[in-house]
Amino acid sequence: MASASKAARIGEEVWKSRVDKVNAELVTLTYGTIVAQLCKDYESDYVEVNKQLEKMGYNIGLRLIEDYLAKSNTMRRCTNFKETADMISKVGFKIFLNITPTITNWTSDSKQFSLIFDENPLADFVELPDDGRAQDELWYSNIFCGVLRGALEMAQMQVEAHFISDILRGNDSTEMRITLIRYIDDEMPMEDD
Amino acid sequence: MSYYFAIIGTSDNPIFEYEFGTAKAGGDGVPRFPEQARHMNQFIVNASLDNVEDVQWGGGQMYLKKIDRYYNNYISAFITGSNTKFLLLHHPTTPSTTSTRASTSIPANPTSPQTEEAIKQFFVEVYENWLKTVMNPFYTQGMRIDSPVFRGRVAAAGRKYL
Repeated sequence: MASASKAARIGEEVWKSRVDKVNAELVTLTYGTIVAQLCKDYESDYVEVNKQLEKMGYNIGLRLIEDYLAKSNTMRRCTNFKETADMISKVGFKIFLNITPTITNWTSDSKQFSLIFDENPLADFVELPDDGRAQDELWYSNIFCGVLRGALEMAQMQVEAHFISDILRGNDSTEMRITLIRYIDDEMPMEDD
Repeated sequence: MSYYFAIIGTSDNPIFEYEFGTAKAGGDGVPRFPEQARHMNQFIVNASLDNVEDVQWGGGQMYLKKIDRYYNNYISAFITGSNTKFLLLHHPTTPSTTSTRASTSIPANPTSPQTEEAIKQFFVEVYENWLKTVMNPFYTQGMRIDSPVFRGRVAAAGRKYL
């Protein structure tokens, strides 16, 4: 697909020339500390921790989209949701985390797809707490869902994102499901009269 | 040879322990400590901590080699940058002195250079895995290591080198 390889090229180029890098362990440990602290603060109410992570991500996404657009210089609108998916994986994830999650499992109406994370810099070294619940309830990297929701909302797309499997839980892969709910139409200002 | 491996934290608190037997020379990996001496392992290992402290500032090495001996028990030590100690007690099934010529095989001779090298490799591998374990955000410094993954990796390192 032409748009996919183009996206890959943009991502590669921006990552090489226009992004400040930080040490990967710094990111991993900082994020790990946040999650561990949330688990402590909410007394291991993992459902609530997931919610908080998503909320944090949402707030990041709202701003990050500006940075993304500035760096990637792709002000042109994506023609369809498939192209959006390519841009998310090959440009978005590439320039901020240097990973390109695999896009797969499209539904026939092209409104729902999966991102498979072969590598996940947030989850290095992590073993979930062995309390019999974290393995079933905590989505460790849930911040990603919020980031996507926030960023796409600013680009006139309302989406819903959630993880359906995680290597940390003992699954074979880390998979996130993203659903396009609707394109948000530009809202006209109210008439004066 | 039977082995008793322990990790001792910075305030001399035990963090992890694991017993195993040799897998070399047809060993089955099952520890064979004499029943009346087995419970002494923890004492012997802890008693050797003084020797560790004696030599730890000497050479600037992490692997301190054999630092103590108690009858037929030999203790090797490895110390990490944060002052956590790895101690390995090795107990040959038959005293090596009964052998007419000095055997170089790891299970039979606890003092040969080959054994020393094998233990070093074991320590280094455990050290790498220990690092990953303490980098886990859900692990608190000085806490007991319960991770079954880590235990499995120590067991694998034991099988591989000792």
